[in-house]
Amino acid sequence: MTRSILKQLTLTASIISTTVALAQAPPAPKPAASAAKPAAKADSTKQPDVGQRKFDANCGRCHSFPEQLSPALTGTVVRHMRVRASLSAEDEKDILRFLAP
Amino acid sequence: MLLLLPLSESKAEAQNAPLISGGVGFLTTTNGGGTALQPVISPVAAVPLGEHLLVESRAYISDFIAPKNGNSGPYQGDFFAGLQYLQLDYIAVPKLTLTVGDFLTPFGTYNERLAPIWISNFQDAPLIYPIGNQHGSSVGVMLRGAAYSTPHVQLNYAGYFSVASNVSQFTGERASGGQFSIYLPGKRLEIGTSYSRLLQGQQGNSEGIHVWWQPYRVPLAIRSEYAHGPHAQGYWLEAAYRLSQWKGPDSWLGRLEPVFRMQQTFRESPGQGDQLPATNTQRADFGLDYHLPHEVRVNSSYSRQFASTGNTNIWETTVTYRFLFPAIWKGGSK
Repeated sequence: MTRSILKQLTLTASIISTTVALAQAPPAPKPAASAAKPAAKADSTKQPDVGQRKFDANCGRCHSFPEQLSPALTGTVVRHMRVRASLSAEDEKDILRFLAP
Repeated sequence: MLLLLPLSESKAEAQNAPLISGGVGFLTTTNGGGTALQPVISPVAAVPLGEHLLVESRAYISDFIAPKNGNSGPYQGDFFAGLQYLQLDYIAVPKLTLTVGDFLTPFGTYNERLAPIWISNFQDAPLIYPIGNQHGSSVGVMLRGAAYSTPHVQLNYAGYFSVASNVSQFTGERASGGQFSIYLPGKRLEIGTSYSRLLQGQQGNSEGIHVWWQPYRVPLAIRSEYAHGPHAQGYWLEAAYRLSQWKGPDSWLGRLEPVFRMQQTFRESPGQGDQLPATNTQRADFGLDYHLPHEVRVNSSYSRQFASTGNTNIWETTVTYRFLFPAIWKGGSK
């Protein structure tokens, strides 16, 4: 039974890896789907993509972007994420700039 | 510059309002013929104090409603309310944060990152979750941060020491441990290792490794962990693929996310009270999550578990709503 499950697991992992390897490419500066809303806001800033990329690369790995985020809360949210995700001080600033340009 | 400084400070203050976030959910489980219902609310509070401090906490309040005699008889509820963590964070320097209080134990990835009901893809924690995380939280001191960070690579660390505590809501064991991970943002690939040593009773070591990969071009997340404890070892491997490439993330199809998780545990010696399966166990979880608008998500899953003590089918559904709002309302106009 164990051997059978391991075989299935190996097969599944192989299929997934092959599919993803074919699709994998260097990250583009374009926004991911999860953070599409703040991207529009960020267009007006000098570096529109840095904070969004960092959001996707850190926060977005576990959860999607909150649908409604009051500007009054952005600092608290990012500080919480800085501790939880061990963000650097620079990443914290860039993500904060992205969330509240 | 002098004119800009007060402006930037006031902007920072305006962004640092205390908040209440978290999730509310309704969980159902049918395991071996018995069905249980569980309404849950899990609020998170975060209160920044000045420029460097943050107080944060998460509670878990639920009522586990199940048949009185296991699979039959009238239903009865078992109410639970408790704090999962309550910690004070001091952001000392850019690469170091000091945390004191009752904090989530930094072992593996599930406990700190995936456990909240509004994040996890499956209702159940992985079978190996208790390895290194028996209480879920630790009472003591933790140092953590990003030791090195560039756009291409990040080195993150966490180290803690905890004390034995029997105080209600803040129970814990005397232990020490830590975590170290290498993260490549360009590939969204993370490899990390965890360690903990229990310093009381039957002292023992737990070790773990984790690998996460979430390629940019494909809405796929592959997460995995292996852990070895004093009496058992095991792994889990999860793949989640959101169908947002078809008609966009907001289409009816793009809101679907099939999820698969494979798990195995191997018992090496009897470990009374270690919360791990008593015998070697294999489990395959097949899930289908649906991301509705307005932060509502429906998770459903079927699991088949194989063990020498008996094979079981587990059906689960979870409806969650994630909320986020200021903890202090300021009425009136600007």
